[in-house]
Amino acid sequence: MADKIDRNLSHSTVHVTLSTAAKPMRYLYYPGCSLEGTAVEYDLATRALMQALDIDVIDVAGWTCCGATAASGVSRLLALSLAARNLALAEAMHSDCDLLVPCSACYLNLQRAAHAMREEPQTRAAVNRILADEHLSVTGTVRVRHILDVLARDVGADTIASHVRRPLNGQTIAPYYGCQCLRPYAVFDDPQAPASMSPLIRAVGAEVLPWTMGPRCCGGAHMTTHMHAGMDLTGAILAAAKDADAIATVCPMCQINLDGFQKKIARHRGAVLETTVVYLPQLLGLAMGLGPHAVGLQRNLSVTASFKNALRSLEASV
Amino acid sequence: MLHSATERKGEGVSLEAHTASVRQMMRACIQCGTCSASCPNAGAMDMTPRRIWRCVQMDSFEEIFTSQTFTLCSSCYYCSLRCPRGLQPADAMAALKCIAAARQMPQHRSSTLFYRYFLRSVRRNGRVHEMEVMTGYFAHMKNPLLPLRYASLGWKLTSKGKISLPRPARGKGKLDALFAKVAQVEEEN
Repeated sequence: MADKIDRNLSHSTVHVTLSTAAKPMRYLYYPGCSLEGTAVEYDLATRALMQALDIDVIDVAGWTCCGATAASGVSRLLALSLAARNLALAEAMHSDCDLLVPCSACYLNLQRAAHAMREEPQTRAAVNRILADEHLSVTGTVRVRHILDVLARDVGADTIASHVRRPLNGQTIAPYYGCQCLRPYAVFDDPQAPASMSPLIRAVGAEVLPWTMGPRCCGGAHMTTHMHAGMDLTGAILAAAKDADAIATVCPMCQINLDGFQKKIARHRGAVLETTVVYLPQLLGLAMGLGPHAVGLQRNLSVTASFKNALRSLEASV
Repeated sequence: MLHSATERKGEGVSLEAHTASVRQMMRACIQCGTCSASCPNAGAMDMTPRRIWRCVQMDSFEEIFTSQTFTLCSSCYYCSLRCPRGLQPADAMAALKCIAAARQMPQHRSSTLFYRYFLRSVRRNGRVHEMEVMTGYFAHMKNPLLPLRYASLGWKLTSKGKISLPRPARGKGKLDALFAKVAQVEEEN
């Protein structure tokens, strides 16, 4: 495993050196379906943050669903084809930019498809037959990058710190990574003890909650099909974050599990679990002086009164 | 559209042929139990992942598919990361889900129906329409109490402008051609 991480990290380091030596930072952008619906604030905040950092994002024209978790539970070829269609669209844009993906489930599906296209010639041939009807073809050469990877390694904590206008002093943030940006592909962080979010949180003046729940599973889609199992997993994360002022997330599925069912889980566990849950780009954006509306904070399902008050008093102190 | 070729491909294929690929994936399992110890859902499973892999090796189909274990895999990939044999147990769990979906096993209706409505929405719109998935799923589950579990979340999401009512289905689905071609290629193989 260590080998796998090292190989991936050294591979990426070469790439980062090349891209930062070049012109302004620019990425192709795959928002994914959730970011048009239940995670619309993740999209708003990501775009606003990138703009504030002077980073261009170019939407992949005509993108469609990556297959989510559903397709891989029905047919591997269907799952790979749905994801690869988007890789093909990105490749057709003839850009040397990496593909920026905020949703961890989309990230994993696109990453998996890119690996399969590069490493399994037979699968690539089958997928290309399927895509040929639309005059698309895929090689798997576009580099798929999770937003946390881009923020942690391409942008970096120093750049974020230099943009901070409203430091989140006195706030303690629980960094929650979830599964699919870390595993099975260990690209940018330790998949069992991740730490890439910590420097970013400290860069905006907040403290990092010491906890071990960062890489634990929230239950994913269990909240729909196995609700009790889902509530146990999400509940354990919420309970462990009780000393934090907010949980920072990087995945729409984690976010809705953590912020959409708090009352239900509290009843299930017989405990009070009211916690603010925000997407990492929202948190960074707020500290960089973007207004709550600009990062879509009014769309979050769980922002406590004390978090709102803290934001207001930080605003007043600037 | 619900009973497309992709979903029907299990008919006529023996369960043994269907599970052969999963057996191949887990052939080198040494039964160490790292997967079970790493699984966040093991406590909710009626059979541990380690035991499922033994059943896969022994072709004990009835045990595998009577169990709910593989439907409780939430794709966290701890087992794949830690397997000392370098196997991909999470992918094998997904392969078992595919078999249950393809054969439309009644005991796994809840999970497979959800996937099916999800993909139906993708096929029709190109992108997932979350409200369409949930209304289709609820209607097909025929459990009048089920939607109530999500009523409060549904209300919150609607009031935040995050979901809207589904549009009526008209004309060709955006990804009809892709889904049909996948089914055709799978049929040939």
